[in-house]
Amino acid sequence: MTKKILDDGIVGRGNRDGARLFREWFSSLGDVAEQERNAAYVFVMGSMAEVLRTFDIPTVFPEINSLQTAVRRVAHEYLNEAEDYGYSPDICGYVKADVAVQLRNGQHPMGRIPKPSIAVLTNACNTYIKWAEIWERMFDIPIFTLDVPGTRTAGGQTWQGDPHFENDRRYVAAQIKELISQCETLTGQKFDIDKLREVLGHTNTMNQGWQRVLDLNQSHPSLFNALTDGTVYLGVTNGFKGTAVGAQYFTDLVEEMEYKAEHGIGTLTDEKYRLIFVGVPCYPIFRRFNEMFTEWGGTFVNSTYLWFASGGTNRGFEYDLNRPLESLAEGVLISVRDAMDSMFYQDRILVDMIEEFGVDGIVYHPIKSCRTVSTGLADNRRSVMSNYDIATLFIESDMMDRRVVSEAQLKNRIDAFFEGLASRKHKAAMAG
Amino acid sequence: MNDQVFTRWQGKPLDEVIYECRELLEDIDYPTVRRWRDAGGKVVGHFQVYFPEEIVHAAGMLPFKVRGAPLEATQATSRFGSYLCSILKTSLELVLSERIKLDMFVTHPICDAARNLAAIWGRNFSYPCQILYLPQNANSSHSAQYLHDEYNRLKQDIEALADRPITDDDLRHSLQVFNENRSLLRQLYHIKRETPWLLPADEAYALMAVGGFIPREEHNALLHYTLPLIEKRDMKQQDKIRIVFEGGFCEQPPLDLIRMMSRSTYVVDDDFMIGMRWILDDIPTGGNPLRNLAEAYLENSSYSPVQHDLRKPKEKMLMERIKNANAGAAVITAAKMCEPGLEEQVTYVRTLDKTGIPYFVSEFEENMTSFDHLEIQLETFVENLLFN
Ligand code: SF4
Ligand code: SF4
Repeated sequence: MTKKILDDGIVGRGNRDGARLFREWFSSLGDVAEQERNAAYVFVMGSMAEVLRTFDIPTVFPEINSLQTAVRRVAHEYLNEAEDYGYSPDICGYVKADVAVQLRNGQHPMGRIPKPSIAVLTNACNTYIKWAEIWERMFDIPIFTLDVPGTRTAGGQTWQGDPHFENDRRYVAAQIKELISQCETLTGQKFDIDKLREVLGHTNTMNQGWQRVLDLNQSHPSLFNALTDGTVYLGVTNGFKGTAVGAQYFTDLVEEMEYKAEHGIGTLTDEKYRLIFVGVPCYPIFRRFNEMFTEWGGTFVNSTYLWFASGGTNRGFEYDLNRPLESLAEGVLISVRDAMDSMFYQDRILVDMIEEFGVDGIVYHPIKSCRTVSTGLADNRRSVMSNYDIATLFIESDMMDRRVVSEAQLKNRIDAFFEGLASRKHKAAMAG
Repeated sequence: MNDQVFTRWQGKPLDEVIYECRELLEDIDYPTVRRWRDAGGKVVGHFQVYFPEEIVHAAGMLPFKVRGAPLEATQATSRFGSYLCSILKTSLELVLSERIKLDMFVTHPICDAARNLAAIWGRNFSYPCQILYLPQNANSSHSAQYLHDEYNRLKQDIEALADRPITDDDLRHSLQVFNENRSLLRQLYHIKRETPWLLPADEAYALMAVGGFIPREEHNALLHYTLPLIEKRDMKQQDKIRIVFEGGFCEQPPLDLIRMMSRSTYVVDDDFMIGMRWILDDIPTGGNPLRNLAEAYLENSSYSPVQHDLRKPKEKMLMERIKNANAGAAVITAAKMCEPGLEEQVTYVRTLDKTGIPYFVSEFEENMTSFDHLEIQLETFVENLLFN
């Protein structure tokens, strides 16, 4: 096969397939809504798709539906509707967009989502809990909170064999059993451990592929933009977790990235500056936001968003299929805890990544909507800068509410950041 | 530690006792904590809402309730983003400005913002800073065991800090001290409910809130002294509307705001500093004290927007609070930028609408100094109720 044919077939396949899968997924949810079948509302940090798929319960991610309203530039209509209903301008925009979607009987820009028969959430974000309490009242459905104890103190993670880890694992394991019985009641189906094994097998392939894809972006030039392409991959990690389709997607994606690495094929940007993104993207002006960086030759080689919004599956946790339930508890504990660490305790790993990924700068983007991610970012930046001489940019806006997104102001700050980066490079070149 | 840290009230008439409590409450230099430290004591700061203070007490240390302060967060502001409630910033300011010195800091996953505090605090101070993971699934059959284990983990950290073991008998003694405190606070709230004209809300608040930063034995002595004096007060019942105040579970409204409310209403129940009254009854002191403490948190406790328990839908709990207090209206507030408080407001208001109970909705900030507008609104609300 010639390189040209391979380029055409492989390069960009992840984005093409991702977009297609996404459309198919939403269309299948429309079918579930039409047929009024069971559906579970879940969240990206700890979706528990492993258990839900074992019972063939389709998963709906209201966070993803909400962000679609912003990407498609209609979020303000939904936010206004929820604010008229009583929700404050000062709460998470995802919650409000979803409230409006529910008030519209599930209708949203990508189609229609089914009503929930159950909501399954973790404590990775407290807003998940308040959000699920809204559905509990709206739909009178069971809500299941899987409580996953996080890291207690910086650098204090415990692991298998440590008594504190075992205490947490037992708690998570007991809750998973309770979730399974709730699913049995909901579906009238008996739990099938072999089916769980199969789902976990697919998840293993996906998790390892995802970890490999993220690592491969250490290549020069970088192989994908963590802000834009990364968001497509992220959609598949969430929507297709535990499926053969999702596993195949990541197998293909690894192949694509390895191919690109081997042939030195980078992103569309003529890469001058390698950046890490910390926070949540600015979806109301998503394309323009990214352009403000790429116009200067900046590309995002990694992002904490890809870690926590994939529920910590970036760790590549491998379930032990010989003891699926025990291993599921361990995997959920370790992965969801890692997602939380990526929001609260990410300063050390950011410093480590500077060398590994050849990073020129770190962009912090706290947003009004999300206190989980944003509260500690100013202090994180202070701490990173006191440990490493690295350029950073701190810009605030929102991932939903365009009222707090000032494009002109963002551009000024971003331009000044790149001017600073250029002068650093120049000085380094002179000195070297 | 035998030295008393708060003695100015001793032997004084009730009004002066209350005055001293108010003064202490508004003193952002926290002289009682300073005195404790000067005498060689260690201090464990714990962020709102609930913390098992007994474990710290059992190690002979002072549990200090970190609940913000009416001060400007000059240094802390640069450590936070925008769009956050005030208590986060002023709490950190207290330690950055060295008004308070701690030996350990503990926060809880009560909300998206506060759960960040252990990391932030830990990057700024070298003493142990951690999250105590109180269970957010109160309905699992394993929650009590988990919480027992989590308390045990905390106990080990506190033992390391105190450099001494905490025995079950130490814990039992501490449970007794705190049981007594909770019982006294229940009596205080009984007075508020049954004879609110004897105890305006701001006075009750001052008497309760000082407990967060003096040794509980001293707080018990203070309450033992004042409760009989309150009951003997010669104050006339007025024609005021009885209200329940909701929204003070974490960031605290300024004392002057509570005083302002007391001018036009009787606040017959509330959730101010609910963590101090979280446990509703005496905790048994026999058996395994940590297990008892854990069980009480889950099985015998109040409610707040930041604890999730399917058995305690917040709106149902609010309705019970209103009914039990025989209140005619509710003031539904939230601290500015307090996401859980603001979210809960919607549920509360919709339920109150359904039941026809009149309510007044507002937001507050611990640092606000002008209440004129709010006072006019509240007075109008009250007048409408009295005359319609
Ligand atoms: S607060 Fe943040 S993490 Fe939580 S639901 Fe909103 S955007 Fe997601
Ligand atoms: S006031 Fe509200 S938002 Fe602020 S720390 Fe307390 S619970 Fe969290």
